[in-house]
Amino acid sequence: MTDPLALLGDWLLNLLAQLNLPPGLRQVILYLLGVSVIATVALVITIFNTWLERKIAARIQDRLGPNRVGPWGLLQPIADAIKMLTKEDTTPAAADKVAYNIAPILAVVSVLLIWAVIPFTSQWFGTQLNVAVLYIAAVGSFGVLAVLMAGWSSNNKYALLGAFRAVSQLISYEVPLFLSLLIPVLLARSMDISVIVEKQATLLEMYVVAAPLAALLFFISSVAEVGRTPFDLLEAESEIVAGYHIEYSGFKFGMFQAGEFMHTFTIAALTALLFLGGWQGPGVAQAPILGLFYFMGKSFAVYFVTMWMRSTLPRIRIDHMQALNWKILVPIALTLLMLTPIVDYFTKDLGVLFSAFGGALTLSWRFAALLLTNILVTLAAIEAVRRNAKRNFVERSRFPERPVARPPREEAA
Amino acid sequence: MTPDQILFIVTALISTLAAVMVVSRRNMVHAALFLVLTLFGVAVAFVLLEAPFLAVVQVLVYIGAIAILMIFAVMLTRNVTDDSGDPFNKNARVGGLAALFVFSLLVVMFGGWSQFTAYPQAGDTSGSIVQLGVALTAADGYVIAFEVASMLLLGALVGAIFVVWPRQNENE
Repeated sequence: MTDPLALLGDWLLNLLAQLNLPPGLRQVILYLLGVSVIATVALVITIFNTWLERKIAARIQDRLGPNRVGPWGLLQPIADAIKMLTKEDTTPAAADKVAYNIAPILAVVSVLLIWAVIPFTSQWFGTQLNVAVLYIAAVGSFGVLAVLMAGWSSNNKYALLGAFRAVSQLISYEVPLFLSLLIPVLLARSMDISVIVEKQATLLEMYVVAAPLAALLFFISSVAEVGRTPFDLLEAESEIVAGYHIEYSGFKFGMFQAGEFMHTFTIAALTALLFLGGWQGPGVAQAPILGLFYFMGKSFAVYFVTMWMRSTLPRIRIDHMQALNWKILVPIALTLLMLTPIVDYFTKDLGVLFSAFGGALTLSWRFAALLLTNILVTLAAIEAVRRNAKRNFVERSRFPERPVARPPREEAA
Repeated sequence: MTPDQILFIVTALISTLAAVMVVSRRNMVHAALFLVLTLFGVAVAFVLLEAPFLAVVQVLVYIGAIAILMIFAVMLTRNVTDDSGDPFNKNARVGGLAALFVFSLLVVMFGGWSQFTAYPQAGDTSGSIVQLGVALTAADGYVIAFEVASMLLLGALVGAIFVVWPRQNENE
């Protein structure tokens, strides 16, 4: 099966060759085209995701969701985008103009940069970087910078409060995020995402089998990193109105929103790549294009969980947010990071534990031992939390019972 | 000129100008933001030198941790909207002279280095990361320096916790 994208690339190269451009310039033009294609793909997926999220949240909360514009309300995000663009673009008089205007761009760029290293199939990727995992961790810091700049430059107390909250949350949750990112790197012995995906060839070779706890830690801390429910303290509308983007309107506000939606899908895609095998699936060796469907399917499955969490969970309290991070997530992540290499070292040459369906289900001793380690760490963590809760038991003062309105009993006819 | 050269000239100009802005801005937050721009320019220079690992670590450590901590501290400790006052004090001239001295020293040093004008070798650099990792932990490598640095950082961490730990007798 021929690769349509490769055909397109060859055609473009021929076209540029006919134009008699110098080879260096040709390369630059191709890179620029690639960058715009990947950025557009990410943004188009985001537009679709806003509709999907509203529809699914509506279903979970027993509503209908958008259903007026286009079939099933599919054109609603387009209508919303036009509304955003035609709104007045306000800038506070006392704002720091330059920083105020750069912040929303930085918020989107910090997420788009991650897409440069995401492999959609075995052949389609922006760039194959041998330090991709580290790169993802690094460009995430621009997001923190964007929040800080937006909060400070708005010259608004609510915005500054929101930015402080945001930065304290983002910096704290970066620790378990990076520590859990290291587990797939350890297992694959590479920081290259393409290699990490290639190593997860069959169902039981996915790293979610060998490191389910690391996958969970990665997922929780990345949801906190995006600042979505239940970690949406940075824009808690009932406390600090809207946090760092309170002063933004129109298109700039839209960019913050787009950045957040795109970041959510990006973390879903990263979870799929690092722990669920990315584009790996049956038949990928014969037809690499199938990988796109597997990758998107896995990403949307993870994305669905974030939507589910958003539409059901209440916001976490700020002291609980910090306690969860420093007292639970970080110790677990550190323990895992110490145990995983030790277990891996002693079990790496032990061979296959069992194999079924002609090798489609193959569990090695190494993965079984790692899974057992993860389960033991989970049990130990639960036990530790339980003991701690018992030792530091706080008697909560109860409110006197208030009268509750009840429906009148139906009179017997 | 090749695209690489154009990129280098543009980033070098931007990061140098931003570095000048860091020391000349009155507004502390602006200075910190220009520092981020300078550090990012250095990261781009590392990319042009075919050293992706160093570039990524530069962004991760200097922008992601140090610059953000600095901005955070500036915002918390100062009246950030107040940008009156002279950013230079009486040490400015001595500082300028010292910077000039170090710069000329670097020019003399690198001018005598035969590899100074050599182009970086493009290609696979994944082996160099493995080399770096092995060198940091090998007995005949930099393991002692590595361990000393980690002990120092651990000491700093413990010290920071000790400083902010609530004293028992202060509560009474």
